[in-house]
Amino acid sequence: MNEQAENLRNFTINFGPQHPAAHGVLRLVLELDGEIVARVDPHIGLLHRGTEKLIEQKTYLQAIPYFDRLDYVAPMNQEHAFCLAAEKLLGIEVPRRGQLIRVLYCEIGRILSHLLNVTTQAMDVGALTPPLWGFEEREKLMVFYERASGSRMHAAFFRVGGVHQDLPPKLINDIEAWCDPFLKVVDDLDRLLTANRIFKQRNVDIGVVPLKEAWEWGFSGVMVRGSGAAWDLRKAQPYECYAEMEFDIPIGKNGDCYDRYLIRMEEMRQSVRIMKQCIEKLKAPDGQGPVVVEDNKVAPPRRGEMKRSMEALIHHFKLYTEGVHVPAGEVYAAVEAPKGEFGVYLVSDGTNKPYKCKIRAPGFAHLQAMDHICKGHLLADVSAILGSLDIVFGEVDR
Amino acid sequence: MDDGKLDALGQTIGSALPGAATGHTVAFNQLTVDVEAARIVEVVKYLRDDPNCRFINFTDVTAVDHPSREKRFDVVYHLMSPTLNTRIRLKAQADEATQVPSLIEVFPGADWFERETYDLYGVIFVGHPDMRRILTDYGFEGHPLRKDFPLTGFVEVRYDDQEKRVVYEPVRLNQEFRKFDFLSPWEGADYPLPGDEKAGPKA
Repeated sequence: MNEQAENLRNFTINFGPQHPAAHGVLRLVLELDGEIVARVDPHIGLLHRGTEKLIEQKTYLQAIPYFDRLDYVAPMNQEHAFCLAAEKLLGIEVPRRGQLIRVLYCEIGRILSHLLNVTTQAMDVGALTPPLWGFEEREKLMVFYERASGSRMHAAFFRVGGVHQDLPPKLINDIEAWCDPFLKVVDDLDRLLTANRIFKQRNVDIGVVPLKEAWEWGFSGVMVRGSGAAWDLRKAQPYECYAEMEFDIPIGKNGDCYDRYLIRMEEMRQSVRIMKQCIEKLKAPDGQGPVVVEDNKVAPPRRGEMKRSMEALIHHFKLYTEGVHVPAGEVYAAVEAPKGEFGVYLVSDGTNKPYKCKIRAPGFAHLQAMDHICKGHLLADVSAILGSLDIVFGEVDR
Repeated sequence: MDDGKLDALGQTIGSALPGAATGHTVAFNQLTVDVEAARIVEVVKYLRDDPNCRFINFTDVTAVDHPSREKRFDVVYHLMSPTLNTRIRLKAQADEATQVPSLIEVFPGADWFERETYDLYGVIFVGHPDMRRILTDYGFEGHPLRKDFPLTGFVEVRYDDQEKRVVYEPVRLNQEFRKFDFLSPWEGADYPLPGDEKAGPKA
């Protein structure tokens, strides 16, 4: 009998990097005791592109497109953090219409991300219909991205000092017309999943994170809200015009996968609420005006001006060759991205290129706790937990 | 919090930890505290547990490379206090050989951030149970975010059809690496302009 026990050893399996439930290129080395997970060792970096190194070689304007490629399901939210950091160093304030457009598109990004996450999490635990329904709406939102920026995903729409272009009135009307039907789609998803027996069996009481642990593991966003903290950077440290928006922050009680799912569902509804307010303000008389700062040392002059004014032409030339000189200093700017706190730590030495740009991705902090959360769960729960952590490898690997 | 309160907080921290917290600055409404690298654990423990601070959320660890300095790295920590609704930045100076104590006992969330800082900068953290590379390739050599590491790197990979495996080779550039530096020569560029070499060094 003793001899037999000695021969028993844990079973080690490789999960990914091509596993569909790994949400990208995650390689998990799982040590299993029967079907119980004894140890999880995530191997990341398979999508590492050296973004931070590249940004150090580029001007501030050229750095913006790299941020689209981090969390590529909600691109503009990342650009936002970088622009906020550079604006803090430059000491400029974005014009009101620019702020409203930014907030509008950040909320579109939030819905894009939550739609993907909620529905693929459902797919991870066995439901095929939600992704089909969710992706239809994502497609419509990507068209809004395209109509504003010319690109469905990698928008590069935000600029230091505002956004690249104003929105045409027809686009604003179309976004408004999209809002109410979308709420019905959310209700449909709700009916499909929230009370579903299988979905609940796979998610309730799985991956419980107590609040104290959530803070010390560096969690943010939905991961701390699920554990019961009423913490949202949009409310706690408001940036842009979030202070004047009315919205509620859903929080969870149990800190399990199911609570996090419920929070994401409610956040989509709240995002629509914010979008409607933005549209109303964009249409109001005080919402008119420039979308980017008028200072030609930061933002390029209008095309028409360039045809007539020598000074404008020089500004344009300087901006697109040399770029903006950002005063020396260091600053940390964070936004409430759909996945949590996305921060940019920017160090400038006064030249036209960032001296250092550290990207603090929420998914990185969440994924490192995989071992801690998964220990003692069944193998099948690993994919449910991974789904509810909301991991996108663009931002984890950078 | 306004700048005055942040300044007061910095002074409280400085007087509570003499020798460990050596100074503080407030810029852009953000508090930076300079700390002694060897005593970082003590400082972070104080910040976490003191009822006036409660910096319980671990945000980030990174480093900044200044190759011209004697201690070339600034190891930068970010913490957040939901109670005070404020952030704090801790900066410790280190060189390639300085042993920076790991924070993993205080904040388990420091795990991957320290691994990343080691991987990309080569800052040595002691007391970390699992100090492996994290973002770079298995068997990678060098620390890519150091300022003296070239952008192109040293090796490139390709699939070799004869050997039926991925092979590593030294980087071979088909075209000379072009570095576009548009810094105006009147405003900071410290090299002679192309074609202007005969003019001699600037006075």
